[in-house]
Amino acid sequence: MQGRLDNMPSQRTGAQIIWECLVHEGVNTVFGYPGGAILPAYDAMLDYPVRHVLVRHEQGATHMADGYARAGGGVGVAIATSGPGATNLVTGIATAMMDSVPMVCITGQVPSKLIGYDAFQETDITGITLPITKHSYLVTRIEDIMPAMKEAFLLAKSGRPGPVLVDITKDAQQSKMDWAWDPRPVTMRGYRPKLAVSKGDLAKAVDLIKNAKKPVILAGQGILQSGAMAEVRKFAEQINAPVALTLLGIGSFPASHPLNIGMMGMHGEAWVNHAIQEADLLLAFGMRFDDRVTGNLKTYAVNAKKIHIDIDPSEMNKNVKADAAIVADLRDALKDLMDAVAPKDHAPWIKYIESMKGDAAVRDIQTLPDNGHLYAAHVINDIWRLTDGKAIVCTDVGQHQMWEAQYYHHEEPRTLITSGGLGTMGFGLPAAIGAKLAKPDAEVWAIVGDGGFQMTAAELSTAAQENVKVNVAVINNGYLGMVRQWQEFFYERRYAATPLRSPDFVKLAEAHGLVGLRAEKRPEVADVVARARAAEGTVLIDFRVEQEDSVYPMVPAGNDLDAMIRRPKESVLVETAADQI
Amino acid sequence: MLHTLVALVEDKPGVLNRVALVFRRRAFNIESLTVGRTDVAGVSRMTIALDSDQVNVDRVMAYLYKLVNVLEVEDLRDVPAVARDLALVKVAVGGHDRGQILRVVDETRAHIVDSGEQTMTLEITGEPPHVDAVIARLEPLGIVEMVRTGQVAMRRGDTALSTAQYS
Repeated sequence: MQGRLDNMPSQRTGAQIIWECLVHEGVNTVFGYPGGAILPAYDAMLDYPVRHVLVRHEQGATHMADGYARAGGGVGVAIATSGPGATNLVTGIATAMMDSVPMVCITGQVPSKLIGYDAFQETDITGITLPITKHSYLVTRIEDIMPAMKEAFLLAKSGRPGPVLVDITKDAQQSKMDWAWDPRPVTMRGYRPKLAVSKGDLAKAVDLIKNAKKPVILAGQGILQSGAMAEVRKFAEQINAPVALTLLGIGSFPASHPLNIGMMGMHGEAWVNHAIQEADLLLAFGMRFDDRVTGNLKTYAVNAKKIHIDIDPSEMNKNVKADAAIVADLRDALKDLMDAVAPKDHAPWIKYIESMKGDAAVRDIQTLPDNGHLYAAHVINDIWRLTDGKAIVCTDVGQHQMWEAQYYHHEEPRTLITSGGLGTMGFGLPAAIGAKLAKPDAEVWAIVGDGGFQMTAAELSTAAQENVKVNVAVINNGYLGMVRQWQEFFYERRYAATPLRSPDFVKLAEAHGLVGLRAEKRPEVADVVARARAAEGTVLIDFRVEQEDSVYPMVPAGNDLDAMIRRPKESVLVETAADQI
Repeated sequence: MLHTLVALVEDKPGVLNRVALVFRRRAFNIESLTVGRTDVAGVSRMTIALDSDQVNVDRVMAYLYKLVNVLEVEDLRDVPAVARDLALVKVAVGGHDRGQILRVVDETRAHIVDSGEQTMTLEITGEPPHVDAVIARLEPLGIVEMVRTGQVAMRRGDTALSTAQYS
């Protein structure tokens, strides 16, 4: 039966209601994997205008839905069956939870009368995901499907976004009822995400801004989620304050803007961390003072007053005590603030920060002469240059991720998609597939390490089957690089379980019917990047980079933010015999 | 520092689990937790007694508010409140004078709710410290079995944590 979207009640199965709801919520792409308990929903799917992407592992479905949501700004949808299908979603759900990504996961559940009887492929997935979902539903009756679906979408995308799981029993999918879409907006009495700006703290913030001489704006992902890019830019210009970004905040403020001083935190630029430590006012916009951003909290920006604007009240005073805590949608709060503060000039402060860059430039790997070796930073910087900085880049987690953040300069929002909070290896490739489907006209790159890539490499097959064009840059250093770096710095170079032997990635790509390329020297980079961009389908490039390079600067975990390990001035680029692995 | 949190929550499956998770994640020890209905259908009320510092209690309250099924949260430490705890205590009567038990009953407003050949069962109601004190007096006599409800509490005076807006 063809799905109908009018409001006349007519007989529907629960399975049909699921798709009706999805279509009404504006969903046209879902990522999933079928199985027994979700079969009725899959059968009904064929009658609805929704593209289903068959993944190779359900974790891939959640990362694709995640990349789809982050690139496109909508809600990502992942579907799986009960039992192992559902448990395979867990890592992707936790990733989305930590990074506040709007996602709805639909799982089949065994028939309601079998719940609790250890039925085949039964698992208590709402129980398992309780701490890693914004909310969840176990639906056992057909009449509860639409309310649960409507609430799930509202919860996923409103307030501080997050993943919501809807677990639907097979009998609820199979039963029938007279049904019509209820177009009224959902109200939930315990859920009030729209909070008005508190005038008291607003006045306090205005005062703090007026009196500040050395302000720094800390730009987080909340800016993207609030859609406040223009407001932040206007506000920063109005009060003439430098802007430092969190990893997930990259793209919220143009890299080329003169007030953008760069990324903060564990692998932030030295001058950025110094500026934060010396600031007398921090304006935290949609960020949560993660430990990777603050280092030792006891010594973090001790001279600075803090203005914290976030939509989640539970973030206030969690890690850092706020002198003015404004719980609000950032855009609304900034509009109010902009009306209330006069333009300011902080030229001496900005000049001082600029003056700190000189030393860093000397140490920058970009300025070192080509010694015949290929460095990850070179590869990423070249990709940035060759793509005009306009690609959407999805990364895995580790050294390449930090180099991406340092050497690919993002101008536009939602162009760096990376697992920040959970630090999920294997995220990059599936997220890139999702991002490409959300933004079919965009150039999408997955920049991944040889370790993380192999965690979800099976999704190459998905890219091939679905004919999705992404370019996969494997930064191949033969190690689990970031862990190796920690071992080098903190464990006397005892490389426990970090040397990594990989298959021939070029042949792997070819086995999937995809193009595989390789580059081992810097002059080869431009050519393989050009060939990848020109090719029709997904292309994998195996970049054989320096094995024992490290990401600098580095604030060792828990250290003071300005106590950084710097790249030594003399080149320490280590030559490593290939036979070590 | 002992805090008494009151939460109005939606009466839905899994709510107790979600609330408990907030405490478990940061390994807060709950002294007692009671749940019961309110005057409004679909709204339950929890009283959670918790020994913790103010910083942690503020965290817990913020996380409780975040739960979709939690309607209101209040810390009664901040306001004058009345609290009640109830205990049933089965005391052995063999080996000593029944009169000793009756004297405790007399002096402490306990009630005898059941009496057997070997034991007597007392009901003790009052502020939690009162219940503690009576139990301390019964201990030397030989407690065979004991159960406490955990405290329930509400504000004193005319102000209230009203459920009216949820009816």
